[in-house]
Amino acid sequence: MAWFKKVKAPKAQQPEKKVKIPEGLWVKCDNCKEIVYKKEIDKNLKVCPKCDYHFRITARERLDLIADEGSLVELFPDIAPRDFLEFKDTVRYRDKLKSSQEATGLKDAIIAGEARIGGYPVTVAVLDFGFMGGSMGSVVGEKIALAAENSLEKDMPFITFSSSGGARMQEGLVSLMQMAKTSSAVARLGAKGIPFISVLTDPTFGGVSASFSSLGDIIIAEPRSLIGFAGPRVIEQTIKKQLPEGFQRAEFQLEHGQVDMIIDRKHMKETLVNTLAFFRGNAK
Amino acid sequence: MAYNFLEFEKPLAELENRIEDLRLAAGGQVDAEDEIKKLSKKADELREKIFSGLNAWQKTQVARHQDRPNTEDYIGLLTQGFTEMHGDRLFAEDPAIMGGMAWFNGFPVVIIGHNKGRTTKDRLKRNFGWPHPEGYRKALRLMKFAEKFDRPIITFIDTAGAYPGIGAEERGQSEAIARNLLVMSGLKVPVVAVVIGEGGSGGALAIGVANRVLMLEHAIYSVISPEGCASILWKDGSKAPDAAELLKLTAQDSLKLGIIDEVIKEPLGGAHRNYELAAKNIEKALKKHLSELIAMSPDELVADRYEKFRAIGSFTTPPGAKNA
Repeated sequence: MAWFKKVKAPKAQQPEKKVKIPEGLWVKCDNCKEIVYKKEIDKNLKVCPKCDYHFRITARERLDLIADEGSLVELFPDIAPRDFLEFKDTVRYRDKLKSSQEATGLKDAIIAGEARIGGYPVTVAVLDFGFMGGSMGSVVGEKIALAAENSLEKDMPFITFSSSGGARMQEGLVSLMQMAKTSSAVARLGAKGIPFISVLTDPTFGGVSASFSSLGDIIIAEPRSLIGFAGPRVIEQTIKKQLPEGFQRAEFQLEHGQVDMIIDRKHMKETLVNTLAFFRGNAK
Repeated sequence: MAYNFLEFEKPLAELENRIEDLRLAAGGQVDAEDEIKKLSKKADELREKIFSGLNAWQKTQVARHQDRPNTEDYIGLLTQGFTEMHGDRLFAEDPAIMGGMAWFNGFPVVIIGHNKGRTTKDRLKRNFGWPHPEGYRKALRLMKFAEKFDRPIITFIDTAGAYPGIGAEERGQSEAIARNLLVMSGLKVPVVAVVIGEGGSGGALAIGVANRVLMLEHAIYSVISPEGCASILWKDGSKAPDAAELLKLTAQDSLKLGIIDEVIKEPLGGAHRNYELAAKNIEKALKKHLSELIAMSPDELVADRYEKFRAIGSFTTPPGAKNA
């Protein structure tokens, strides 16, 4: 391979600048760094066809993948956040909310709804990482609680998909209390024997992982998702050591007994249907 | 007694040191006594002035003060016949959280609290009050124990947070905290939590899902530490004082936000200036709240706790909009 090296060596400094990728047509995989045709990724449920990396997807995309077609009825769509602490760092919280709302078309980092999955009626709540890192403030907390209460009233299994950096700082202590609120709400489901399935996707951390997300009767994770209480950077700064390869990935959590199974996106719906059948189906 | 003064107490420290010097030099001379009296009055006024106007960052420093009375101190001052219980029966004993059986006001109760430790050796042993999952699981075990034998639970909150480490993650820090939140919400006995120092995020809340949540006057309770918040917002941990203001983490703010039920007055200059008085004030508040809760049925207690946390949140719903 010496001839290759010799010829290319002087130009190897700046290859990335030379490659022009037309906006939106090609995507660089976050994991294997391969340039992949975007349409191919979309067709593959936003999973890299080269390395099986699961790209983060929006709450709407998630619902499209798991709800029976046309079955979704959104719940509590009008609940919206407010900047009650008048929180202002480099930007004001109210402005951040506005720009996130415009960018995502969502009122906050969650969609809740009633849907059918494989024919089984469920209440489902999906967090959207694209809206302020999927952080849980009053709206996320309230909608999780309301959705769980909806399940309780109508005797429907409850399913959540989490992707969140944790509690939303901009709502201060009120955000922290959403952990207690959502955990109490799923506790009530448990007391009535209503199943709760929690799916953890990349990433699930902090106030979300340390509340309702970790309380599923069944906990499912998407491959390679980062899942944990404290973020890797915080841990590294605290223990002043580098973290081992694969730390806090879904596979690590499976190995340490924190999740029931790892299911890739292609098989997620089928797994949910199977699980729902176990809870709600007839004898086979 | 020599106090460890904080930066903003400097003028007070100078004055108090002068009084102390005079006292040592005077040896009971009448004219010196007059001077000491005068200066002491001035010191009282100064203390009053400083401590009535503490900002959020100053309160954070008082809440974290190395001499601040901790769970162990309050157990000694508030209860009789404390018997400590150890271990989660699963993995280990975590001294960052302590707990056991005691008598309060003549009644048997279960006490659980974070403990940052006092001496260097003690602090190291207790991991500076940063619990691992086994600490939370021990707390959970004690709470279920209390419920089984129908004893009220008193918790003392004082932690910078749940420990962020490899072992903690491997053993399910998230699950341990989440499980406590779930189980606490359904406990059929009265639960009162008192934030005595630092209420650090999920690691604090994990023993804080109570029927009544009380806070000492200079305690703090926050979703994230001011340092952590500053390093996220401005990539600069030294801006913690600004973050402390933004986070509204004081007892007074928490009361205004409707999250806590009462602010317990501290001795002038902070709880560390007078342990006995701080304990007395806590005792009075605990008696009041416990006597109200003991009158409630188990179902009422569970409903009361659920409604308390269910109601927390601030959002808008357009008028006329249907929620379902």
